[in-house]
Amino acid sequence: MTIDSIINGIVLDHIPAGKSMEIYKILNLSRLDCQVAIIKNAVSRKLGRKDIIKIDSILDVDLSVLGYIGPGITVNIVHDGRIAEKRSLSLPDEVRDVIRCKNPRCITSVEQELPQVFCLADREHGVYRCKYCEAPAEREKY
Amino acid sequence: MKKDLISISDLSTGEIMELIHTAQDIIADPDKYCEKCRRKKLATLFFEPSTRTRLSFEAAMLELGGSVIGFSQAAASSAAKGESVADTARTVSCYADIIAMRHPKEGAPLVAAEACPIPVINAGDGGHNHPTQTLTDLLTIYREKGRFDHLKIGFCGDLKFGRTVHSLITAMSRYEGVSFVLISPEELRVPDYIRTDVLERNGIPYKETENWSDMPGLDILYMTRVQRERFFNEADYLRLRDVFILTEDKLAGARPDLCIMHPLPRVNEIARAVDADPRACYFKQVLNGKFIRMALILKLLRIG
Repeated sequence: MTIDSIINGIVLDHIPAGKSMEIYKILNLSRLDCQVAIIKNAVSRKLGRKDIIKIDSILDVDLSVLGYIGPGITVNIVHDGRIAEKRSLSLPDEVRDVIRCKNPRCITSVEQELPQVFCLADREHGVYRCKYCEAPAEREKY
Repeated sequence: MKKDLISISDLSTGEIMELIHTAQDIIADPDKYCEKCRRKKLATLFFEPSTRTRLSFEAAMLELGGSVIGFSQAAASSAAKGESVADTARTVSCYADIIAMRHPKEGAPLVAAEACPIPVINAGDGGHNHPTQTLTDLLTIYREKGRFDHLKIGFCGDLKFGRTVHSLITAMSRYEGVSFVLISPEELRVPDYIRTDVLERNGIPYKETENWSDMPGLDILYMTRVQRERFFNEADYLRLRDVFILTEDKLAGARPDLCIMHPLPRVNEIARAVDADPRACYFKQVLNGKFIRMALILKLLRIG
Protein backbone atom coordinates (compact mmCIF):
# COMPACT_ATOMS: atom_id res chain seq x y z
CA MET A 1 0.00 0.00 0.00
CA THR A 2 1.46 3.35 -0.97
CA ILE A 3 0.58 6.69 0.45
CA ASP A 4 2.24 9.78 -0.92
CA SER A 5 4.75 11.54 1.27
CA ILE A 6 3.62 14.90 2.40
CA ILE A 7 5.50 18.07 1.55
CA ASN A 8 4.19 20.38 4.23
CA GLY A 9 2.16 18.95 7.05
CA ILE A 10 2.04 16.93 10.25
CA VAL A 11 2.70 13.24 10.84
CA LEU A 12 1.47 11.63 14.03
CA ASP A 13 3.48 8.46 14.43
CA HIS A 14 3.65 5.62 16.94
CA ILE A 15 -0.05 5.82 17.75
CA PRO A 16 -1.10 2.66 19.58
CA ALA A 17 -2.73 0.33 17.03
CA GLY A 18 -6.46 0.91 16.73
CA LYS A 19 -6.49 4.35 18.30
CA SER A 20 -6.13 6.53 15.22
CA MET A 21 -9.87 7.00 14.71
CA GLU A 22 -10.27 8.16 18.30
CA ILE A 23 -7.53 10.72 17.77
CA TYR A 24 -9.15 11.72 14.47
CA LYS A 25 -12.35 12.46 16.38
CA ILE A 26 -10.72 14.12 19.40
CA LEU A 27 -8.67 16.46 17.18
CA ASN A 28 -11.77 17.06 15.05
CA LEU A 29 -9.85 16.36 11.86
CA SER A 30 -13.07 15.86 9.89
CA ARG A 31 -13.35 19.66 9.68
CA LEU A 32 -10.21 19.84 7.53
CA ASP A 33 -10.46 20.08 3.76
CA CYS A 34 -6.86 19.00 3.14
CA GLN A 35 -5.83 15.38 2.62
CA VAL A 36 -5.72 13.29 5.79
CA ALA A 37 -4.41 9.73 5.66
CA ILE A 38 -5.12 7.25 8.41
CA ILE A 39 -2.89 4.21 8.35
CA LYS A 40 -3.99 1.46 10.66
CA ASN A 41 -1.99 -1.53 11.85
CA ALA A 42 1.25 -0.52 10.19
CA VAL A 43 4.22 -2.72 11.04
CA SER A 44 6.36 -1.22 13.77
CA ARG A 45 9.65 -2.49 15.15
CA LYS A 46 8.95 -0.74 18.44
CA LEU A 47 5.25 -1.50 18.91
CA GLY A 48 4.62 -4.50 16.66
CA ARG A 49 1.64 -2.67 15.17
CA LYS A 50 0.95 1.03 15.16
CA ASP A 51 -1.30 3.61 13.58
CA ILE A 52 -0.15 6.71 11.75
CA ILE A 53 -2.03 9.87 10.78
CA LYS A 54 -0.70 12.12 8.03
CA ILE A 55 -2.17 15.59 7.63
CA ASP A 56 -1.28 17.30 4.37
CA SER A 57 -1.23 20.81 5.73
CA ILE A 58 0.47 22.84 8.43
CA LEU A 59 -2.42 23.88 10.56
CA ASP A 60 -3.17 25.06 13.99
CA VAL A 61 -4.30 21.91 15.77
CA ASP A 62 -4.11 21.67 19.54
CA LEU A 63 -2.00 18.56 19.90
CA SER A 64 -1.54 18.82 23.64
CA VAL A 65 -4.26 16.27 24.28
CA LEU A 66 -2.04 13.64 22.64
CA GLY A 67 0.18 13.87 25.69
CA TYR A 68 -2.70 12.49 27.72
CA ILE A 69 -3.70 9.81 25.21
CA GLY A 70 -0.25 8.43 24.60
CA PRO A 71 3.05 9.96 25.62
CA GLY A 72 4.71 7.61 23.13
CA ILE A 73 3.05 9.27 20.15
CA THR A 74 5.52 11.29 18.09
CA VAL A 75 4.59 14.48 16.30
CA ASN A 76 6.64 15.35 13.22
CA ILE A 77 6.24 18.69 11.50
CA VAL A 78 7.18 18.36 7.85
CA HIS A 79 8.44 21.29 5.76
CA ASP A 80 9.52 20.91 2.14
CA GLY A 81 9.36 17.14 2.46
CA ARG A 82 11.72 17.00 5.44
CA ILE A 83 11.04 16.62 9.14
CA ALA A 84 11.61 20.14 10.36
CA GLU A 85 10.58 19.58 13.95
CA LYS A 86 9.87 16.70 16.30
CA ARG A 87 7.59 17.75 19.08
CA SER A 88 7.82 16.06 22.43
CA LEU A 89 4.59 15.54 24.24
CA SER A 90 3.95 16.32 27.86
CA LEU A 91 0.91 15.97 30.03
CA PRO A 92 -1.47 18.84 29.25
CA ASP A 93 -2.71 20.98 32.13
CA GLU A 94 -6.28 20.45 31.02
CA VAL A 95 -8.09 17.87 28.92
CA ARG A 96 -11.44 18.85 27.47
CA ASP A 97 -14.15 16.51 26.20
CA VAL A 98 -11.87 13.50 26.10
CA ILE A 99 -12.59 11.83 29.45
CA ARG A 100 -16.07 11.49 30.90
CA CYS A 101 -16.61 11.95 34.62
CA LYS A 102 -17.93 8.72 36.10
CA ASN A 103 -19.05 10.26 39.40
CA PRO A 104 -22.86 10.00 39.50
CA ARG A 105 -22.97 12.88 41.99
CA CYS A 106 -21.14 15.25 39.61
CA ILE A 107 -23.12 18.09 38.03
CA THR A 108 -21.95 16.87 34.59
CA SER A 109 -23.95 13.67 35.16
CA VAL A 110 -27.22 15.62 34.94
CA GLU A 111 -26.27 18.61 32.78
CA GLN A 112 -25.08 16.87 29.67
CA GLU A 113 -24.25 20.04 27.74
CA LEU A 114 -21.47 20.98 30.16
CA PRO A 115 -17.96 20.38 28.86
CA GLN A 116 -16.10 17.45 30.38
CA VAL A 117 -13.01 19.14 31.73
CA PHE A 118 -10.25 17.34 33.63
CA CYS A 119 -7.32 19.17 35.18
CA LEU A 120 -3.87 17.79 35.90
CA ALA A 121 -3.72 17.38 39.69
CA ASP A 122 -0.50 15.42 40.05
CA ARG A 123 2.04 15.59 37.23
CA GLU A 124 4.32 13.02 38.82
CA HIS A 125 1.66 10.34 38.82
CA GLY A 126 -0.33 11.66 35.86
CA VAL A 127 -3.49 12.11 37.92
CA TYR A 128 -6.32 14.12 36.37
CA ARG A 129 -9.37 15.26 38.31
CA CYS A 130 -12.75 16.48 37.14
CA LYS A 131 -12.81 20.26 37.25
CA TYR A 132 -16.25 20.22 38.86
CA CYS A 133 -16.31 17.40 41.41
CA GLU A 134 -12.57 16.57 41.60
CA ALA A 135 -13.21 12.87 41.06
CA PRO A 136 -10.10 11.24 39.59
CA ALA A 137 -10.15 10.32 35.91
CA GLU A 138 -10.49 6.67 35.18
CA ARG A 139 -7.92 6.25 32.46
CA GLU A 140 -9.08 4.80 29.18
CA LYS A 141 -6.76 2.16 27.85
CA TYR A 142 -5.23 3.90 24.86
CA MET B 1 -12.18 40.57 38.35
CA LYS B 2 -14.81 39.07 40.64
CA LYS B 3 -13.87 36.54 43.27
CA ASP B 4 -15.91 33.47 44.17
CA LEU B 5 -15.57 30.99 47.02
CA ILE B 6 -15.99 27.47 45.70
CA SER B 7 -13.36 25.62 47.73
CA ILE B 8 -11.45 26.61 50.86
CA SER B 9 -8.32 26.36 48.69
CA ASP B 10 -9.55 29.46 46.84
CA LEU B 11 -8.42 31.46 49.86
CA SER B 12 -4.80 31.97 50.83
CA THR B 13 -3.83 31.80 54.49
CA GLY B 14 -3.48 35.59 54.32
CA GLU B 15 -7.02 36.00 53.01
CA ILE B 16 -8.35 33.65 55.69
CA MET B 17 -6.63 35.73 58.36
CA GLU B 18 -8.08 38.89 56.83
CA LEU B 19 -11.59 37.36 57.11
CA ILE B 20 -10.92 36.30 60.70
CA HIS B 21 -9.86 39.81 61.62
CA THR B 22 -12.91 41.33 59.92
CA ALA B 23 -15.18 38.86 61.74
CA GLN B 24 -13.58 39.76 65.05
CA ASP B 25 -14.07 43.44 64.33
CA ILE B 26 -17.74 42.78 63.52
CA ILE B 27 -18.11 40.95 66.83
CA ALA B 28 -16.45 43.84 68.68
CA ASP B 29 -18.43 46.60 66.98
CA PRO B 30 -21.47 45.32 65.06
CA ASP B 31 -22.98 48.80 64.69
CA LYS B 32 -20.08 49.80 62.48
CA TYR B 33 -21.22 47.22 59.94
CA CYS B 34 -25.02 47.49 60.12
CA GLU B 35 -25.32 49.63 57.00
CA LYS B 36 -22.37 48.32 54.99
CA CYS B 37 -24.52 46.37 52.54
CA ARG B 38 -27.39 48.82 52.21
CA ARG B 39 -29.11 48.42 48.81
CA LYS B 40 -27.22 45.16 48.20
CA LYS B 41 -29.04 41.87 47.70
CA LEU B 42 -27.94 38.35 48.52
CA ALA B 43 -29.62 35.54 46.58
CA THR B 44 -29.75 32.27 48.51
CA LEU B 45 -30.23 29.54 45.92
CA PHE B 46 -30.77 26.39 47.94
CA PHE B 47 -31.58 23.43 45.72
CA GLU B 48 -31.79 21.20 48.79
CA PRO B 49 -32.92 21.84 52.34
CA SER B 50 -30.67 23.41 54.94
CA THR B 51 -31.40 25.05 58.28
CA ARG B 52 -28.18 26.41 59.59
CA THR B 53 -26.34 27.46 56.47
CA ARG B 54 -29.20 29.25 54.73
CA LEU B 55 -30.39 31.07 57.85
CA SER B 56 -26.82 31.95 58.71
CA PHE B 57 -26.28 33.54 55.29
CA GLU B 58 -29.58 35.37 55.47
CA ALA B 59 -28.95 36.63 59.01
CA ALA B 60 -25.45 37.72 57.95
CA MET B 61 -26.76 39.82 55.05
CA LEU B 62 -29.60 41.30 57.08
CA GLU B 63 -27.17 42.33 59.84
CA LEU B 64 -25.07 44.07 57.21
CA GLY B 65 -28.12 46.12 56.22
CA GLY B 66 -28.68 44.27 52.95
CA SER B 67 -31.64 42.26 51.80
CA VAL B 68 -32.20 38.68 50.75
CA ILE B 69 -34.04 36.94 47.92
CA GLY B 70 -34.01 33.29 46.93
CA PHE B 71 -35.54 29.87 47.35
CA SER B 72 -35.01 27.03 49.78
CA GLN B 73 -35.75 23.98 47.65
CA ALA B 74 -35.33 23.04 43.99
CA ALA B 75 -39.08 22.49 43.59
CA ALA B 76 -39.59 26.22 44.19
CA SER B 77 -37.25 27.21 41.34
CA SER B 78 -37.14 26.83 37.58
CA ALA B 79 -34.83 23.87 38.12
CA ALA B 80 -38.08 21.94 38.50
CA LYS B 81 -38.80 22.87 34.86
CA GLY B 82 -35.39 21.69 33.76
CA GLU B 83 -33.50 24.99 33.76
CA SER B 84 -29.74 24.57 33.93
CA VAL B 85 -27.67 25.79 36.85
CA ALA B 86 -25.86 28.21 34.51
CA ASP B 87 -29.09 29.77 33.26
CA THR B 88 -30.48 30.06 36.79
CA ALA B 89 -27.31 31.79 37.96
CA ARG B 90 -27.23 34.14 34.97
CA THR B 91 -30.86 35.07 35.56
CA VAL B 92 -30.44 35.63 39.29
CA SER B 93 -27.38 37.79 38.67
CA CYS B 94 -29.73 40.30 37.05
CA TYR B 95 -31.52 40.71 40.38
CA ALA B 96 -28.85 40.21 43.06
CA ASP B 97 -25.31 41.31 43.89
CA ILE B 98 -24.03 38.03 45.32
CA ILE B 99 -25.17 34.40 45.33
CA ALA B 100 -24.92 31.70 48.00
CA MET B 101 -25.73 28.33 46.45
CA ARG B 102 -26.33 24.89 47.88
CA HIS B 103 -26.84 22.08 45.40
CA PRO B 104 -26.93 18.29 45.73
CA LYS B 105 -24.68 17.86 42.68
CA GLU B 106 -20.96 18.29 43.12
CA GLY B 107 -19.51 21.17 41.12
CA ALA B 108 -22.81 23.00 40.59
CA PRO B 109 -21.61 26.21 42.32
CA LEU B 110 -18.55 26.27 40.05
CA VAL B 111 -20.84 26.05 37.03
CA ALA B 112 -22.84 28.96 38.42
CA ALA B 113 -19.68 30.98 39.13
CA GLU B 114 -18.46 30.53 35.57
CA ALA B 115 -21.81 31.54 34.13
CA CYS B 116 -22.54 34.77 35.93
CA PRO B 117 -20.72 38.06 36.62
CA ILE B 118 -21.45 38.30 40.36
CA PRO B 119 -19.62 36.49 43.19
CA VAL B 120 -20.83 32.97 43.98
CA ILE B 121 -20.35 31.33 47.35
CA ASN B 122 -20.53 27.55 47.58
CA ALA B 123 -22.87 26.81 50.47
CA GLY B 124 -22.38 23.07 50.09
CA ASP B 125 -22.30 20.88 46.96
CA GLY B 126 -23.18 17.29 47.76
CA GLY B 127 -20.40 15.52 49.61
CA HIS B 128 -17.78 17.70 47.94
CA ASN B 129 -17.07 21.14 49.43
CA HIS B 130 -18.55 23.32 52.13
CA PRO B 131 -16.00 26.13 52.49
CA THR B 132 -18.07 28.44 54.70
CA GLN B 133 -18.36 25.63 57.28
CA THR B 134 -14.57 25.42 57.19
CA LEU B 135 -14.30 29.18 57.66
CA THR B 136 -16.71 28.84 60.58
CA ASP B 137 -14.51 26.14 62.08
CA LEU B 138 -11.39 28.23 61.55
CA LEU B 139 -12.90 31.30 63.23
CA THR B 140 -13.94 29.10 66.15
CA ILE B 141 -10.45 27.64 66.48
CA TYR B 142 -8.88 31.09 66.31
CA ARG B 143 -11.24 32.59 68.86
CA GLU B 144 -10.77 29.69 71.25
CA LYS B 145 -7.06 29.10 70.77
CA GLY B 146 -5.74 32.40 69.47
CA ARG B 147 -3.67 30.66 66.81
CA PHE B 148 -3.72 28.06 64.04
CA ASP B 149 -0.22 26.68 64.47
CA HIS B 150 1.09 24.07 66.89
CA LEU B 151 -2.27 22.45 67.59
CA LYS B 152 -3.08 18.78 68.07
CA ILE B 153 -6.48 18.18 66.55
CA GLY B 154 -8.58 15.06 67.04
CA PHE B 155 -11.29 14.16 64.55
CA CYS B 156 -13.77 11.53 65.65
CA GLY B 157 -16.57 9.61 63.95
CA ASP B 158 -17.24 9.29 60.23
CA LEU B 159 -14.03 10.57 58.70
CA LYS B 160 -14.65 8.93 55.34
CA PHE B 161 -17.75 10.74 54.15
CA GLY B 162 -17.54 13.89 56.26
CA ARG B 163 -16.77 16.75 53.89
CA THR B 164 -16.27 19.15 56.80
CA VAL B 165 -13.51 16.90 58.12
CA HIS B 166 -11.71 16.75 54.78
CA SER B 167 -11.88 20.52 54.28
CA LEU B 168 -10.70 21.31 57.79
CA ILE B 169 -7.80 18.85 57.59
CA THR B 170 -6.81 20.44 54.27
CA ALA B 171 -7.08 23.95 55.67
CA MET B 172 -5.21 23.21 58.92
CA SER B 173 -2.45 21.33 57.10
CA ARG B 174 -1.17 24.68 55.87
CA TYR B 175 -0.08 25.71 59.38
CA GLU B 176 3.15 24.86 61.13
CA GLY B 177 3.29 22.31 63.92
CA VAL B 178 -0.23 20.94 63.42
CA SER B 179 -0.83 17.22 64.00
CA PHE B 180 -3.93 15.06 63.79
CA VAL B 181 -5.41 12.13 65.68
CA LEU B 182 -8.02 10.42 63.53
CA ILE B 183 -10.43 8.41 65.69
CA SER B 184 -12.83 6.27 63.69
CA PRO B 185 -13.89 2.72 62.92
CA GLU B 186 -11.68 1.19 60.27
CA GLU B 187 -14.54 1.34 57.76
CA LEU B 188 -14.82 5.10 58.15
CA ARG B 189 -11.21 6.24 58.01
CA VAL B 190 -10.26 9.28 55.93
CA PRO B 191 -10.12 8.65 52.17
CA ASP B 192 -6.78 7.74 50.63
CA TYR B 193 -6.41 11.07 48.88
CA ILE B 194 -6.52 12.94 52.20
CA ARG B 195 -3.86 10.60 53.57
CA THR B 196 -1.58 10.76 50.54
CA ASP B 197 -2.28 14.13 48.89
CA VAL B 198 -2.68 16.20 52.05
CA LEU B 199 -1.12 14.56 55.11
CA GLU B 200 1.79 12.60 53.70
CA ARG B 201 2.66 15.03 50.94
CA ASN B 202 2.95 17.86 53.49
CA GLY B 203 4.72 15.71 56.09
CA ILE B 204 1.94 16.25 58.65
CA PRO B 205 2.12 13.90 61.66
CA TYR B 206 -1.09 11.90 62.10
CA LYS B 207 -2.32 8.81 63.85
CA GLU B 208 -5.31 6.65 63.00
CA THR B 209 -6.92 4.90 65.93
CA GLU B 210 -10.15 3.34 67.15
CA ASN B 211 -9.79 4.42 70.77
CA TRP B 212 -9.56 7.53 72.92
CA SER B 213 -6.10 7.03 74.36
CA ASP B 214 -4.83 10.29 72.78
CA MET B 215 -7.54 12.43 74.36
CA PRO B 216 -5.26 13.94 77.04
CA GLY B 217 -3.00 15.61 74.46
CA LEU B 218 -5.69 17.12 72.26
CA ASP B 219 -6.18 20.87 71.88
CA ILE B 220 -9.27 20.43 69.73
CA LEU B 221 -11.74 17.56 69.36
CA TYR B 222 -13.91 17.70 66.24
CA MET B 223 -16.83 15.29 66.49
CA THR B 224 -18.92 13.94 63.62
CA ARG B 225 -21.74 11.45 63.48
CA VAL B 226 -21.31 7.76 62.74
CA GLN B 227 -24.34 6.90 60.65
CA ARG B 228 -25.94 3.48 60.63
CA GLU B 229 -26.25 3.46 56.82
CA ARG B 230 -22.47 3.76 56.40
CA PHE B 231 -21.87 0.29 57.80
CA PHE B 232 -21.85 -2.88 55.80
CA ASN B 233 -23.59 -4.84 58.53
CA GLU B 234 -25.69 -4.15 61.57
CA ALA B 235 -23.41 -6.11 63.91
CA ASP B 236 -20.47 -3.78 63.24
CA TYR B 237 -22.65 -0.73 63.71
CA LEU B 238 -23.95 -1.98 67.05
CA ARG B 239 -20.44 -2.92 68.13
CA LEU B 240 -18.96 0.47 67.29
CA ARG B 241 -21.63 3.11 67.68
CA ASP B 242 -21.09 3.72 71.42
CA VAL B 243 -17.34 3.87 71.02
CA PHE B 244 -17.70 7.08 69.04
CA ILE B 245 -20.19 8.82 71.29
CA LEU B 246 -18.61 11.56 73.39
CA THR B 247 -19.60 11.34 77.04
CA GLU B 248 -18.42 13.10 80.17
CA ASP B 249 -16.42 10.11 81.34
CA LYS B 250 -14.41 10.11 78.07
CA LEU B 251 -13.54 13.75 78.82
CA ALA B 252 -12.13 12.90 82.24
CA GLY B 253 -8.50 12.98 81.13
CA ALA B 254 -8.87 15.79 78.60
CA ARG B 255 -7.14 19.14 78.85
CA PRO B 256 -9.04 21.88 80.69
CA ASP B 257 -8.75 24.11 77.61
CA LEU B 258 -9.88 21.47 75.12
CA CYS B 259 -12.18 22.89 72.43
CA ILE B 260 -14.99 20.47 71.48
CA MET B 261 -16.42 21.18 68.06
CA HIS B 262 -19.15 19.68 65.85
CA PRO B 263 -20.53 20.97 62.53
CA LEU B 264 -24.11 20.10 63.66
CA PRO B 265 -26.77 18.84 63.36
CA ARG B 266 -26.03 16.46 66.19
CA VAL B 267 -28.02 13.29 66.73
CA ASN B 268 -26.54 11.32 69.60
CA GLU B 269 -22.79 11.47 69.05
CA ILE B 270 -22.32 14.00 71.84
CA ALA B 271 -24.19 13.24 75.05
CA ARG B 272 -26.49 16.11 76.07
CA ALA B 273 -24.68 16.30 79.40
CA VAL B 274 -21.54 17.51 77.60
CA ASP B 275 -23.40 20.68 76.49
CA ALA B 276 -22.92 22.15 79.96
CA ASP B 277 -19.16 21.54 79.87
CA PRO B 278 -17.35 24.86 79.29
CA ARG B 279 -15.20 23.10 76.73
CA ALA B 280 -18.22 22.51 74.46
CA CYS B 281 -17.91 25.02 71.61
CA TYR B 282 -20.38 23.71 69.03
CA PHE B 283 -23.07 26.31 69.64
CA LYS B 284 -20.42 29.03 69.62
CA GLN B 285 -19.50 27.63 66.21
CA VAL B 286 -23.02 28.35 64.95
CA LEU B 287 -22.74 31.97 66.01
CA ASN B 288 -19.27 32.26 64.54
CA GLY B 289 -20.74 30.99 61.26
CA LYS B 290 -22.83 34.14 60.94
CA PHE B 291 -19.91 36.47 61.68
CA ILE B 292 -17.53 34.84 59.23
CA ARG B 293 -20.21 34.88 56.53
CA MET B 294 -20.67 38.61 57.16
CA ALA B 295 -16.93 39.06 56.69
CA LEU B 296 -17.00 36.92 53.54
CA ILE B 297 -19.90 38.85 51.97
CA LEU B 298 -18.04 42.11 52.61
CA LYS B 299 -14.86 40.75 51.08
CA LEU B 300 -16.49 39.36 47.94
CA LEU B 301 -18.53 42.53 47.45
CA ARG B 302 -15.32 44.51 47.99
CA ILE B 303 -16.88 46.60 50.73
CA GLY B 304 -14.26 47.84 53.18
